[in-house]
Amino acid sequence: MIQTNDELVRPGVSGGLADVVRARFLLKLLVRKELKVRYRGSVLGLLWSYVKPGVQFIVFYVALGVFMGLEQSPTNRSGLPNYAIYLFSGIILINFFTEALGNASRSIVGNGGLIKKIYLPRQLFPVASVWVSAVHFFPQLVILLIACFFNGWHPSLLQLAAAAVGFVIVALLATGLGLLFGAANVYFRDSENFVDMLLMVATWASPVMYAWTMVQAKLGETLFIVYQLNPITIAVETFHYAFWLPTTDESASVPPNLLTIWVPVALLMSAAILLWGQLTFRRLEGHFAQEL
Amino acid sequence: MTTAIEVKDISKQFVLRRSRSIKEAFVWLITGRKGDLTEKFHALKSVDLEVQQGETVALLGFNGSGKSTLLKHISGVMIPDTGSVRTRGRVAGLIEVGAGFHHDLSGRDNVYLNGAILGMTEEQINDRFQSIVDFAEIGQFIDTEVKFYSSGMYLRLAFSVAVHTEPEVFLVDEILAVGDEPFQKKCIAKIQELAAEGRTLVVVSHDLNLVSRICDRGVLLDHGEVIFDGPINEAVAKMRSQ
Repeated sequence: MIQTNDELVRPGVSGGLADVVRARFLLKLLVRKELKVRYRGSVLGLLWSYVKPGVQFIVFYVALGVFMGLEQSPTNRSGLPNYAIYLFSGIILINFFTEALGNASRSIVGNGGLIKKIYLPRQLFPVASVWVSAVHFFPQLVILLIACFFNGWHPSLLQLAAAAVGFVIVALLATGLGLLFGAANVYFRDSENFVDMLLMVATWASPVMYAWTMVQAKLGETLFIVYQLNPITIAVETFHYAFWLPTTDESASVPPNLLTIWVPVALLMSAAILLWGQLTFRRLEGHFAQEL
Repeated sequence: MTTAIEVKDISKQFVLRRSRSIKEAFVWLITGRKGDLTEKFHALKSVDLEVQQGETVALLGFNGSGKSTLLKHISGVMIPDTGSVRTRGRVAGLIEVGAGFHHDLSGRDNVYLNGAILGMTEEQINDRFQSIVDFAEIGQFIDTEVKFYSSGMYLRLAFSVAVHTEPEVFLVDEILAVGDEPFQKKCIAKIQELAAEGRTLVVVSHDLNLVSRICDRGVLLDHGEVIFDGPINEAVAKMRSQ
């Protein structure tokens, strides 16, 4: 006779993101599945994670750096030194955000078959999407580091720590928005189109292709503050601070008060968005099974 | 006896959304909100059910009577509109065989993934892995991608993972029609073994002969309401006379 001493409990009550921590073995398997399935049947396999950002980088570098004159050269004094590294350090962060949020927003509908049949912590799916993107971020970071070393990179510990915080800011933001739009997508499939639009804007609304000084010159101080309220802007600047600045003669600079004011602000905003996404998700998830 | 499942007066309405287009919603708004934009449908109407530990219960009824919906409420996939559901111990649902399988993964990966989805820990899967493979009679194909499996092999492996989760409460929805006859016999024997161990079993099936062999108690549902709850033979007889 099987006897359990457990209490009677209500099934299907979610513990939020704490459930994800409890189900970390399943999270690990879901991430591994995504990684295995991603490049199935392709000859280059994981190499695609290097090739795609590499080509993207070359296109942007030639179009923006050379044709539009953002790269500094003897004939173009006003450009940015080492524009290639400037550009790439921002691009990899935006790539991470784009992939993480795009996949997280589709993850609930995409796993609808499972969610309709079996109860499991549904937050796992958006979180796994962000995790998978972080794994794909890694090879790009390796390429960036190699480029940095060839350009006499000598970062300080503070700069490396700033980049790590920048990455955390983007990861929290992508998870928060992923939970929010992933849940909304169950009810309105408009949600994923909205996310696509948002991601297109995100690429241009932060100083990835251009320098923050250009924005400040055009917008003025007040609007520039609004511009900096975007957590991705701050995260991109921490990457410039860590990877690009130490390869230059440091005559250029990062925005004022980046570490003292803006990084904490961005961190708080991302955390708040994560909380918001989490609360919305928990409110909506009870009806996932019947709406999918 | 201790209660394993307690369903108290639950009701569930589904909204049959006629339209989600902005145009129609707009027209509905400006024409003075005439009629209801949505249509509602009672899947369950104040259902009460109490199952003791070790009981084997069959949920019977025609298509659309609410059997599967009730099972989904017990597993926690759905939350009732009113009333409450409570369960004791770990509940695992064989709601659909292979729901968590991925075609491009090997049999081995799928055993781990599906086992974890059904709530097993890493050690439990490691311990029971050989037993799962043996029961499924997969043999050397375990490292082949499941898309190359025959449908029988696929179902056998999925069923095998599910029966090895060893939960306290076992929910079974129309999955007993698995594989060829010898394997079906093996499945039924396994289910009976689980029941003999004192596990609680809730089965949904249209195979009346089968449920009368496995279950002791029958609950007959019709249009979301319980119309009979008693010994399985009487429930089956009532179902047949309908």
